[in-house]
Amino acid sequence: MLKIRVIPTLLWKDLGLVKGVGFNSWRRVGAVLPSIKVYNRREVDEMILVDITASAEQGAVDHEALNDFADECFVPLTVGGGVRGIEDMRKLLRAGADKVSVNSAAYGDSAIVSKGAAEFGTQCIVASIDVRRLEDGRLECFSHSGTRPTGRRPDDWAMELERLGAGEILLTSIDRDGTMQGYDLDLISSVTRKVRIPVIASGGCGHYGHMLEAVRDGGASAVAAASIFHFTEQTPKEAKLALAAAGYPVRMGFVEA
Amino acid sequence: MKVAVVDTDIANIGSVCRVLVELGAEPVVARNPVDLRDASRIILPGVGSFSAGMASLRKAGFDEALPVAVENGKPVFGICLGMQLLAGHGTEAGGAKGLGLISGTVRHLEESGCKERLPHMGWNEVSIVRPSPIVAGIPNGTDFYFVHSYAFQANNPGDVIATCQHGVPFAAIVGSGNVHGAQFHPEKSAQAGFRVLGNFLELKPC
Repeated sequence: MLKIRVIPTLLWKDLGLVKGVGFNSWRRVGAVLPSIKVYNRREVDEMILVDITASAEQGAVDHEALNDFADECFVPLTVGGGVRGIEDMRKLLRAGADKVSVNSAAYGDSAIVSKGAAEFGTQCIVASIDVRRLEDGRLECFSHSGTRPTGRRPDDWAMELERLGAGEILLTSIDRDGTMQGYDLDLISSVTRKVRIPVIASGGCGHYGHMLEAVRDGGASAVAAASIFHFTEQTPKEAKLALAAAGYPVRMGFVEA
Repeated sequence: MKVAVVDTDIANIGSVCRVLVELGAEPVVARNPVDLRDASRIILPGVGSFSAGMASLRKAGFDEALPVAVENGKPVFGICLGMQLLAGHGTEAGGAKGLGLISGTVRHLEESGCKERLPHMGWNEVSIVRPSPIVAGIPNGTDFYFVHSYAFQANNPGDVIATCQHGVPFAAIVGSGNVHGAQFHPEKSAQAGFRVLGNFLELKPC
């Protein structure tokens, strides 16, 4: 049986790792390479690395640095940030990414998803959706690191992305990002009810119970988290023990026979 | 120990090479058959389609060089598509001939009756069905990382060392003589994957 995955999100800005609140007020939390090495030891199931400089400033990911990171990552690595076309995807995959995450570019030209899936396989394409809750309670997708409203509803957009060939969906609540107050369960379940592809819950995780809620009540196939690992003593391994105790299948650490 | 990693642009070989370094071996990137000469074992990685993978191997001459290397007693380990290419035949896109190093056919999981979502992607546990040095130290039920829609059907059941289940059972590790292969990605399967590749480095050529 496929396992529920626990995935740290690493936000890469300039030369270091950062973490913000609501996609803003970034704090430096360390360097990328040592963090990847630590997560390798902590039995994470995958890692997501987003270059937020590349996504905000029309730049491109530093492929040489990425190559060094990927060489140290012994679990699957998803890389995003500034992916605007097939060639960007190809470069990331060549530099060692196992999957690429596409976000803003898909709103302008959704064919980027179908072309990417045709060229590299659906398993390579992670469609990333950032969502804000409006004052009237409605949910809306925002592009460009949460700065531009798109007029899209997350559930409709997720179905469209699935139809185009996305292999999974990384679903982030901008409002919950960095707050550690829990995932937006309504948002997550609104999307998992509508698509068959795996949904990775993101934004708001503050303790293991939040992860359990995202899986049990939200229907998520994986949970992404950052602050909980940067700012607390909680670990991916204990998160998986908590999920296992609640009856969900997780990958436990390898112990030689 | 020098280990050739076949590189014909059908896989990202960075992580495979890093694991080999981690295990104390010296990876040698083999873009041409001549690069296999100094290596004592060979790893054949690969992602993508069977026919495109075979075409890349043929173009570089590996379709002839790999069977010769095996005859000369060099252990070979195929990963993912590289494991599938060990088979005699693949049914993808009208069918293509494989390396024929382990007798079998590579078929889409749907052809075998799989009703689950494909590609089969993620961490899944394997069942060890026969003892082999390639799975030394690997407990039954260990999780590995898989990404694939096709699977290897061995003609000789004795060539299957471990199986996995995704709607239907399929071969997770195959082995015959000096040739082994894993459907999962050991280079992306953390410590469990290190152990399998470490076992490969310790195999005694027969």
